Amino acid sequence: MRWEVEVLPVREARGADAPRSAEPSADAPCSGSVESRVYLLDGQLDAELVSRIAAELLTDPVVETFRIRPGNLPDGEPASAELPPFTVTILPKPGVMDPVAQSVEAAIQDLGFPPVRVRTGRRFAGPPRKSPQELRAWALEELANEAVEEVHPGPLPPEVWLSEPPAAPVQVRRVALDEADDAELLRISREGQLSLSLAEMRAIQEYFRVLGREPTDVELETLAQTWSEHCSHKTLKGAIADERKPDQLLYRNLLKETIFYATQEIRRQLGPDDWCVSVFADNAGIVRFAEGMHVCFKVETHNHPSAIEPYGGANTGLGGVIRDVLGTGLGGRPICNTDVFCFAPPDYPAEQIPAGVLPPRRIQQGVVAGVRDYGNRMGIPTLNGAICYHPRYLANPLVFCGTVGLVPAGKEFKRVESGDLIVAVGGRTGRDGIHGATFSSAELTHQSEQLSGGAVQIGNAITEKKLLDVLLQARDRGLYRAITDCGAGGFSSAVGEMGAAVGAEVHLDRPPLKYAGLTYCEIWISEAQERMVLAVPPDSWPELQRLCEAEDVEATVLGTFVASGKLKLFYQGVQVADLDMRFLHEGRPPVVRKVSFLEGTGDLTPAARQMGGMTSPAHQTARLTSPARPAMLDHKQMLVRLLGSWNVCSKETVIRQYDHEVQGGTVIKPLVGATLDGPGDAAVITPLLGSERGVAVGCGINPYYGDLDPYWMAASVIDEAIRNVVAVGADPSRVALLDNFCWGNTERPEVLGSLVRAAEACRDVALAYRTPFISGKDSLNNEFKSDKVHLVIPPTLLISALGQVPDVRQCVTMDLKTPGNYLFVIGKTEAEFGGSHFHLLTGQEGGIVPRVDLELAPRIFAAVHQAIRHGWLRACHDLSEGGLAVAVAEMAFAGGWGAVVFLDAVPLAETARTLPHPQQLLTALYAESNTRFLCEVDPEHAAALEHHLELLGVPYGQVGWVTEEPRLRIYDREEPKHELLLDADLAELKDAWQRPLRQL
Amino acid sequence: MAVVRVLILRAPGANCDLETAFAYEKAGAVAERVHVNRLKENPRLLDQYQVLTIPGGFTYGDDVAAGRILAVQMRTYLSDALERFRDQGKLILGICNGFQALLKAGLLVPPAPEGVPATLAINEPPGFVDRWVRLRAEPGKCPFLQGYAVWEAPIAHGEGRFVCASPEVYNRLAQSGQIVLRYVNEAGEVGPYPANPNGSQGNVAGICDGTGLILGMMPHPERHILPTQHPQWTRRGLAEEGDGLRLFRNAVQFFQKW
Repeated sequence: MRWEVEVLPVREARGADAPRSAEPSADAPCSGSVESRVYLLDGQLDAELVSRIAAELLTDPVVETFRIRPGNLPDGEPASAELPPFTVTILPKPGVMDPVAQSVEAAIQDLGFPPVRVRTGRRFAGPPRKSPQELRAWALEELANEAVEEVHPGPLPPEVWLSEPPAAPVQVRRVALDEADDAELLRISREGQLSLSLAEMRAIQEYFRVLGREPTDVELETLAQTWSEHCSHKTLKGAIADERKPDQLLYRNLLKETIFYATQEIRRQLGPDDWCVSVFADNAGIVRFAEGMHVCFKVETHNHPSAIEPYGGANTGLGGVIRDVLGTGLGGRPICNTDVFCFAPPDYPAEQIPAGVLPPRRIQQGVVAGVRDYGNRMGIPTLNGAICYHPRYLANPLVFCGTVGLVPAGKEFKRVESGDLIVAVGGRTGRDGIHGATFSSAELTHQSEQLSGGAVQIGNAITEKKLLDVLLQARDRGLYRAITDCGAGGFSSAVGEMGAAVGAEVHLDRPPLKYAGLTYCEIWISEAQERMVLAVPPDSWPELQRLCEAEDVEATVLGTFVASGKLKLFYQGVQVADLDMRFLHEGRPPVVRKVSFLEGTGDLTPAARQMGGMTSPAHQTARLTSPARPAMLDHKQMLVRLLGSWNVCSKETVIRQYDHEVQGGTVIKPLVGATLDGPGDAAVITPLLGSERGVAVGCGINPYYGDLDPYWMAASVIDEAIRNVVAVGADPSRVALLDNFCWGNTERPEVLGSLVRAAEACRDVALAYRTPFISGKDSLNNEFKSDKVHLVIPPTLLISALGQVPDVRQCVTMDLKTPGNYLFVIGKTEAEFGGSHFHLLTGQEGGIVPRVDLELAPRIFAAVHQAIRHGWLRACHDLSEGGLAVAVAEMAFAGGWGAVVFLDAVPLAETARTLPHPQQLLTALYAESNTRFLCEVDPEHAAALEHHLELLGVPYGQVGWVTEEPRLRIYDREEPKHELLLDADLAELKDAWQRPLRQL
Repeated sequence: MAVVRVLILRAPGANCDLETAFAYEKAGAVAERVHVNRLKENPRLLDQYQVLTIPGGFTYGDDVAAGRILAVQMRTYLSDALERFRDQGKLILGICNGFQALLKAGLLVPPAPEGVPATLAINEPPGFVDRWVRLRAEPGKCPFLQGYAVWEAPIAHGEGRFVCASPEVYNRLAQSGQIVLRYVNEAGEVGPYPANPNGSQGNVAGICDGTGLILGMMPHPERHILPTQHPQWTRRGLAEEGDGLRLFRNAVQFFQKW
């Protein structure tokens, strides 16, 4: 019998609390709307039993009450017929992950009740006097996401109680390629959502012509998954030719010849001191950390899914990168997560948002909640991140999730042997996430939400946590020889990759399914979450099976790795695929993409820039396009606006939602200072409790620079990521880097040109700084097309830095500590304003994007690090958006002490010193030149520090001191006849910095 | 001195087990992490231990409500074993999710005929929050908190608002000395938000059962064992040890004095 249990709050109505479904952070939609939780139960149940389940399991009687209603009345009345008017019930669509339902089903059995099928939902009182259609529209606008949820105004229809779908008949489907002409090949690719190009379709056609047969559907799908941009990175690993000289290749393999090359070269130079362990080979890059222990790091993007369903997209993005680490070597234990988001500003005018695009505010709320709910449940501290705002992320938000893990020495490599069992562990396979890999390789359109809903999923963190718990035990007992995660492409990619050098036979009727009715093809490419694949020697299988059973984790033998060089798939005894591994992995026709470079000037027309066309690093002359007379400028107002800008303002309301201290190793928190709300440069953890060796994680990202000059943008964000970790105490000679390229459609030569320039900068800066890249990922086609608009993101490179701290007791935070201490600027300042926040707020275009001095910068990092190790720095903060003005204000209000600064003491580069005095002042105060730190120094150590910096030839200036009075005062010079340019109360500055996100 | 053995209960989604084991080991105990399935199979396993600790985390995803499903498991399979454990004069500690489970299983405040006496509800202001709080201990007969006055530890939870079903329940707990931990402000006094981070009635951060042997608390003492775990050590300098270590040492010494 079918029943509905509705649980309602009694003491206080609350709309804003997180219901555990697709859009948890949806604000209370309107006054008077009360949310309740709904459970639909189907099983051998009578009213008394349902009441007991409701009372003992589903309701907290201190704060809640419940109502039960029969689901199917004898007279055929619909369920919940007597619901109050204007009620809307929102349920996850059938097949969408419903973790609460799973837990309730298990708990009902634990209580000794008969098995019950459960669906959960939430219910709202909608605005009165609306028709069902209006209520539906209201709910979709305010509360629900049609990609994953269904909305029922009024009484629930009987079909909400699911019946088991029928089993899919075995029917091997073949695709007719042999006779197909080009148009037909393209039609097959498009209609099958395969995202295969004509050249690729032709190669497949040719392969099967030689075999003398037509491909099966699952063979074609396997090739599409493996050859997708998402899985094979064919652009970055492909050849590049200049548009004007197409026969001359600039690169045969762009990544190999830029970023990989730099790493190889650094490793060669380090020789026996090489501290890289495994780079660009595994799911994550691995470097040495401590005696017997390595550390690995991976950052992934989950952009397309997050655009359509922010909560699920971010949730599974984080779940996926955690599995990457779990699948690195023989398994890494996750020790921290990072998250970096790019959104359009939350105040983006609603009327300008195109159809099919979610408002940025809702995207942000969903994404933050998705990361929060997964990371917190996994028990992994979320330590580092950034939120970056730019209007052109409107339709293509970027969601980067990273995980750092520990891999014991001796467990860093895997191998598959013929005869090993192919074992799937973890979650069940369902129809979720079909075509994720191919979907994310294409651009979004206003219809993506309807077409690709199947590509979006919700995660179940507890399934993954259980998986993590058993896999680390299995790793330590040596029960498997290789491991990889099921990510994009599902089993298809995981087994295809693991068996590439051997061969594999898989029985697609064996994986446990969430529900019946899946075809073999769906089972093979489903991207259902929380699954891993192992290569298990047959002798170890019984022990592995026992271990999994002991902790309620499902493990299934899917087949065997067989030294045949073939990938063979079977379903109910019928062979449905027989592909050569070699063709699968090496048969893709090489991609040659054309580039063009827009050389010469920083004055690209805004229209060209909107389309992702960029300027090159060309030799721009030093020009300062800022207001000529600082007297015209109210500096206090300028600083208030800088601090309150979306990119600079406090992110505390987001950071506090993440558990950043679980595992107990967080020794430098993300928020620091007198009242624990100052913006730390990087967090530090000691993953081996009791040891003082630390890991520091930082990041750099700047789309405003990217728009103007991708080369120096890339150089700048590398510098920023390293600056962040060096500022807290990481050793600059042990920093490893990760790259994440997010670009528009690189089939347009000028878009690819900007990417090539950024990759070249990565090579040049990594070599100069001797900081190797160890892993990376790209996400292309971040564009949105509808009949009316074509939106392209600014070229965005996220650099993540993994630093190592020799002894965390020497770490430094950015908050000012003691009045009377001196303030030093270390590093030199150029008149670099291109893409700066000063330009942004004063409405100026163009200018020089900050560069890096490849020779001086590494010396500055080394000098600052040594000063920290000597204990000479009481506080240290890197200078970035908003320049010195923002940095000194942040340090002051974080520490609760004031500061005095004299701008003539700021060390300027030679070119800047030739500028008129007023422009020199602006440069000192607002320029965003790289490799600069603002440091607090005890007068006792000042002489030693100065001597040290002079010896190393590092530019510095003693620019002021810390004051007891909580005010920030900035003068043009120290002499008595100076001008007070800025005088502000710290409370006012702090309020300006904290207000924007508090209002959200 | 006899070795004190601690069982740290692992349930699906528990995630503070490693650092809790580290805290006990630092305090001189032997800590073992045991899956709840092992205890369900054989509740007598508890006989080998002197201390049971239910660590923080999101058992069963905190689905339905925080700690609810673990509480159902404890009531269904372990209630006799747990009562026997307490009756033998042994100690039980529930931290964060462990507190939620102990309370909802009825081990801290026994169910009354008129219904469930108290709960940990959704925070006010709502939402998960990680931040450091100041606590005032009124240890009474609770062995874990002996020697504590005002101290610091972090909270990290979304459902930590202590609410009693009636004023009588609250008064009874207060009078019997079971309210052993409260959130306080800089001056060490009970006060409104932000001193009270989650809207708890009477600023309650932790309570013990009638015997004092069972303690449930929302803050995480195991996250303040080492001096470098304090959020302001770069300002104040490094302390000898973290405030939370004493709590675990108290548990060990309770048996060593025994």
